[in-house]
Amino acid sequence: MGLLTRSSPHTKQNQSTSSIMRWVILLCIPGLIAQTYFFGWGNLHNVLLCSITAVLSEAAILALRKRRIGFYLSDYSALLTGVLLGIALPPLAPWWISVIAASFSIIFVKQLYGGLGYNPFNPAMAGYALVLISFPLAMTSNWASPTTLQENFPSVQQTLASIWEIENAPDGYSGATPLDVYKHEVKASTYEAITSQDIFGSGIVLGWEWVNVAFLLGGLGLLALRIIPWQTPAGVLLGLALPAILFSSNPDQAVPLSIHLLAGATMFGAFFIATDPVSSSTTPRGRFIFGLGVGLFTYIIRTWGSYPDAIAFAVLLMNFAAPLIDVYTQPRTFGHNKAKRGPKAKV
Amino acid sequence: MTEYLLILVSTILVNNFVLVQFLGLCPFMGVSNKLETAMGMSFATTFVLTLSSVCAYLVYTYLLEPFDLAYLQTISFILVIAVVVQFTELVVRKTSPLLYRVLGIFLPLITTNCAVLGVALLNIKKQNGFVESILYGFGAAIGFSLVMILFSAMRERLAFADIPNAFKGSAIGMITAGLMSLAFMGFTGLVAF
Repeated sequence: MGLLTRSSPHTKQNQSTSSIMRWVILLCIPGLIAQTYFFGWGNLHNVLLCSITAVLSEAAILALRKRRIGFYLSDYSALLTGVLLGIALPPLAPWWISVIAASFSIIFVKQLYGGLGYNPFNPAMAGYALVLISFPLAMTSNWASPTTLQENFPSVQQTLASIWEIENAPDGYSGATPLDVYKHEVKASTYEAITSQDIFGSGIVLGWEWVNVAFLLGGLGLLALRIIPWQTPAGVLLGLALPAILFSSNPDQAVPLSIHLLAGATMFGAFFIATDPVSSSTTPRGRFIFGLGVGLFTYIIRTWGSYPDAIAFAVLLMNFAAPLIDVYTQPRTFGHNKAKRGPKAKV
Repeated sequence: MTEYLLILVSTILVNNFVLVQFLGLCPFMGVSNKLETAMGMSFATTFVLTLSSVCAYLVYTYLLEPFDLAYLQTISFILVIAVVVQFTELVVRKTSPLLYRVLGIFLPLITTNCAVLGVALLNIKKQNGFVESILYGFGAAIGFSLVMILFSAMRERLAFADIPNAFKGSAIGMITAGLMSLAFMGFTGLVAF
C-alpha cells in the first residue's frame, strides 16, 4: 500500500515475500538431493505430491473466500509448506498421508486464520503432527533404511508402487530411524553394540549425517542471504546441545550429542522450520528464547517421550508460547530509556 | 522426591487438565480474551485449586471415610469448593478491588470450574496422600494457568487476524485450542501415569 507518506528512516529491503519463499525452496535442494541419494525417490515424490495438494487447497479456499487467487498463490508460501512437508514425511509413506497432511496444513492451520502472516502455528509441522498422531505406524515404519538401498536402490516404479500401495509392492525397504533404534536399545545395550548395526553404517549415522550436513549448508546459505535471523538456529542448536552435553555424556546410557545433532531432523528443523517468520517470535531476543525452547523440548521428547523425533512437537509448543514471549521481549524503542514490556504495554 | 517431581510434570504437561483431559474449558474460553484478566484468573484459580484439593482431602480422610459416607463425596466436595471460592472472593475484594471488578462474574464461576472438582475427585480415585494431593492440585493449577496465559496472549494476536467471518471469535479459539492440544500430544509417554 503506497498510500501513506512515510517518514524516515527510508531503508529499503529488496526482498519481497515471494523472493524469500523462492530462496528457501531453492536452498532446500541440497538436503533434498542428499535425501534422494540415501533414501531413494520417495522424498522427491512426496515433495511433488504435497506441493500440488497444498497449492490446490490454497486455491480452493481463496476461491471460496473470493480472494485474488493468482496474487496470493504467487507468494509461493503454499508451495514452500508443501516442500517442507514433503521433506519431513517418511519417504515411503502412503500417498494419502501426504494428501491429508498437506491439505490440513493449508486449510486448517493457515487459511482459517486468514492466510499468510496470520497463522499462529507452523502449517507444515501441524500437518506433520496430525498424521504422526493419527497414523503412528505408517509414519514411523516407512523410513527407508539406507543400507538396503545402497545394495539395491529401488527404481522409480518400485517407489511408486509402495507409495500408491499397488499390489505386489516390494517389501523390506522400510524400517525405523536410527534415532528411534538408539533410544530403544540404549537401556539394554552399549554404544558399540548399537552403532555396529547396519543402519548406523561406518560413520556416525549412515545417510542421516549427510542429509543433516546438506541442510546445514542450505541453512548457512539462508543466513548469508539474511533471510533467517541467526538467533533462532543458534538457540535451537544450543538448546539441544547443552542438555545433551550435561546429561548424555555417557553414550552407553543416553543418545550422544553427535547423534542428536546429525540424526533425525535437527538441522532441517533448526534452519528451515523453526525460522518461519510468521509463527516464530518476532523480537530478536524472543527468537533466541524461541529457539532455546525448541531445542530443549526436542531433547526432552526425544529422550523421555514415546515419539521418535520431536522437532514438530517442539516447534508447535513454542509457536504456542511465541505471542507471550513477544509480550515480554519487546526491544527498547528509539527515544525511550526503557523498553515497554508486559501485558500493560499495549502496542 | 522424584515421585513428587513426576506428579508435577504429569499434571502440568503430560496430563494437562485443559488440553489433554479437557477439564476447565469454560474459563479457558471465557476469560482468555485479555492477557491481564487471564493472569488474574490464573492466580485466583491456582489459589482455589490448591486450597480446595487440600480441604477436600482432609474432609474425605477425616470426615467421610471414618463415618462410611464416601458416597457423599461429590456433594461435599462441591460445598468445600464453594466455601474456598467465597473465601478467595473476600480476599481478592479486599486486596485488589480492580482485579475483583475485572474478574467480575468469573470469580464465583470458579466454583463451577470442573477442573477444581475434577482434581478433588481424582485425588481420591488415585488414593493420593496429603502431600501428593497438594502437589496434584498445585500442578493442575499451574498447568491450567500456563495454557490459559499462553492462550490469551495468542488470542490477543488473533484479534487482528483476517479470519473468515464464519470462524471469528470462539470458533477460531476452539480450533486454536485443538491445535495446542495436538502439540501437547507430543508429551505422551513422558511420564507413565
